[in-house]
Amino acid sequence: MENNVLLEMKNISKSFPGVKALDDVTLKVRGGTVHALMGENGAGKSTLMKCLFGIYSKDSGKILLDGEEVEFKNSKEALRHGVAMVHQELNQALKRSVADNIWLGRYPKRGPFVAEKKMISETEEIFKKLGIKIDPTRIMSTMPVAQRQMAEIAKAVSYDARVIVFDEPTSSLNDKEAEQLFEIIGMLREKGTAIIYISHKMEEILRLSDEVTVMRDGRHIATEKAENLTMEKIIKLMVGREIKNRFPEKKNTPGEVLFRVENLSSLHSNLKGVSFELKKSEIVGVAGLDGAGRTELLENIFGLSERSGGRLYLRGKEIKNKSARDAIANGFAFVTEERRASGIFGILNIRDNMTVSSLRKYKVAKFWLDSRRMRKETEGLISSLRVKTPGQETKIRSLSGGNQQKVIFGRWLLTEPLILLLDEPTRGIDVGAKYEIYNVIGDLAKSGKSVIMVSSEMPELLGVCDRILVMSGGRLSGEVDARNTTQEEIMTLATKYA
Amino acid sequence: MEKNRIFRRRFTEYREMTPEDKRRYRREFFMNNALYIFLVIVIVAIAIYRPRFLSPGSLINIVSLSAANLPIALGIAGAIILTGTDLSAGRAVGLCACVAASLLQFGGYANKMFPNLPTIPVFAVILLVLAIGSVIGAINGFCTAKFNLHPFIVTLATQLIIYGGLLMYLTLGTNNGQSISGLDTSYTEFINGSFLSVGGTAIPNFVWYSLIITVIMWVIWNKTTFGKNMFAVGSNPEAAHVSGVNVSRTIILVFTLAGALYGVTGFIEGARIGSNSASTGLNYELDAIAACVIGGVSFVGGIGKIRGVIMGVVLLRIIFVGLTFLSVNQNMQYIIKGLIILVACAIDMRKYLVRK
Repeated sequence: MENNVLLEMKNISKSFPGVKALDDVTLKVRGGTVHALMGENGAGKSTLMKCLFGIYSKDSGKILLDGEEVEFKNSKEALRHGVAMVHQELNQALKRSVADNIWLGRYPKRGPFVAEKKMISETEEIFKKLGIKIDPTRIMSTMPVAQRQMAEIAKAVSYDARVIVFDEPTSSLNDKEAEQLFEIIGMLREKGTAIIYISHKMEEILRLSDEVTVMRDGRHIATEKAENLTMEKIIKLMVGREIKNRFPEKKNTPGEVLFRVENLSSLHSNLKGVSFELKKSEIVGVAGLDGAGRTELLENIFGLSERSGGRLYLRGKEIKNKSARDAIANGFAFVTEERRASGIFGILNIRDNMTVSSLRKYKVAKFWLDSRRMRKETEGLISSLRVKTPGQETKIRSLSGGNQQKVIFGRWLLTEPLILLLDEPTRGIDVGAKYEIYNVIGDLAKSGKSVIMVSSEMPELLGVCDRILVMSGGRLSGEVDARNTTQEEIMTLATKYA
Repeated sequence: MEKNRIFRRRFTEYREMTPEDKRRYRREFFMNNALYIFLVIVIVAIAIYRPRFLSPGSLINIVSLSAANLPIALGIAGAIILTGTDLSAGRAVGLCACVAASLLQFGGYANKMFPNLPTIPVFAVILLVLAIGSVIGAINGFCTAKFNLHPFIVTLATQLIIYGGLLMYLTLGTNNGQSISGLDTSYTEFINGSFLSVGGTAIPNFVWYSLIITVIMWVIWNKTTFGKNMFAVGSNPEAAHVSGVNVSRTIILVFTLAGALYGVTGFIEGARIGSNSASTGLNYELDAIAACVIGGVSFVGGIGKIRGVIMGVVLLRIIFVGLTFLSVNQNMQYIIKGLIILVACAIDMRKYLVRK
């Protein structure tokens, strides 16, 4: 940890009409260290990085790379200077192969032609170095998010990047994959690479980083050595107040059995013979590694994927849930994992996003929709869910992830469901907003609704749920009581059939 | 009241801005309202050179030509909102126009296509062409929704099929592929007749029909479940599916509705043109698509307003009529038309880019 500052962002300011997004922020990153950048959503982390990569032009301040002032016009230019970023929302050409994606924009050539063989062999070499096991000719869209991300990291490495920014890299990885990522990051650090690591997960920050910079409201709050920090200290710096507990107190008491799943299997995935019960007012978590069939389970219950066998019973009566519409009519709601792909209607406003599943409710006569009532009920939900927005006419895509998620919860509250299926409900959401989402989930259970919640964050499952089902290799490998289990016990079950 | 308050607040906000922000605000304002500003400039410019451009006769001409094209544009707009398009519109209009005309020729006309056909009530024919248009649209929608084909492909194919059908239809009866004229007065009066004149120029009836259709379409787009679903499917079909929207039904309905509107357009065109042949309706879809995109109905999907479609149709028409008024060479008109579509869409697209 000598004084070899590789990247220095000095007194950076940036404002948008009406908002000061960055106010005199300074960030120094040393070679061979992991520098964590923390802050709630909207604290200015992304804006700072966008200024670094020339996606935004900064209003004032300097960027020094190895003591030399630089100003990148775009991320390609940054890459050429050895500054790379692994994005949170992967921007990849999904229909192309892994190797294509890595060499895009600088294909190795033989005369006027792309040297396909060389490209693939070089990709394989990088993968070997990083311990990644992916076939370079595989098409991106056929791989799970975790592997796509590994490809993205390999791309950064292939540029011999001296500075690599990781934006929430573990948000879509399971523990095993995250472990592999940490190993790769360790290797890069050994090589002298400066790493900027943006994440909301305290555990990994404390474990991984050498230094931590905390931002709040577009300002630099503190930079400290990681060894001097604790989770509580970081949270306090981030929110400017102390959050005593990461999870709200439990307020629900499970009642009688409401819903029963018997021997559920799916036709096109590995889901096999899953049976469980769900009580009224109960929050049941579903733990497991990536590919354990958790999302498939929810999709199957909700009628989004084809069943090859099994029965569903609601209050003892068999139901079919043949399609999403059928499931909604039976009192189910589904908050999907990929908010942008299958959750929000980006260009539509908050009201349209909230009311889309319950338009039937607002019909007057046979045809006409009661706009006034829609407006009123949207307003009610915006305030009760505490969605931060200028108004309900605001396009949902301009809200932060946490607020978008609240709107989607609002959508499903309007359908008055009995059972909510939540798939990674707090993915990519900052600490403060997470707490609010937990609160919403708790309130729902307290008001008599039942919740099945898939999550890759074990502390979250332990903190929020009453009971946790553990899945492995498409099967149910165990069931634990959230009050007296440990992460180790869950992990053991999760790897049972994997 | 509400608007007034917003306006005043914006004004105070503007006054308090820094000069740089003011400049940015002005630029944004210009970009967001470019279409309207452009329209005003065009009208003023043409009016200075040719004051007669603003005479009641000329204005009513523009309004009626716009009205004739509005229904087809409103239909296509729905397809565009679904990130699709419809290339079969013009041919569907042609078929409906010819069918309507052939059934509504006057009794003693020498070249009557079906000489023994008794006089059919106009309303029966309206229903028939509406049905023909709807069936065409339903087929387009069905293939799009059920076979997961892009509407570009589907309508490229159906357009050919319709054209072939139309050519065959024109050889029926005593007709030998000739154009169909000699229309019954009940038909021409219904469309071209007038009960209101302004400044000595009659406003043809079809303007009012077009107006009524536009109002109905506004209600459908903004006040019904179907309309909301259309925007949801256009914006994010996957999310719509998860949210319980019947995606394929919505797609089929959008195209069926569009088809019905082509039927209406065909019915109006049949009488408006008076002499209908296989080339009736040719390339109408291109003007309609141009009008939609100029009016801000975006191929991005889920974006579009009735107001925009009207603006697009009217703007395009004003420019066509204006260029003729300025005696611009016909060949040059095509070039100008092309440039306008490019510029208008480029400006419009800026609204949807992420601000940096």
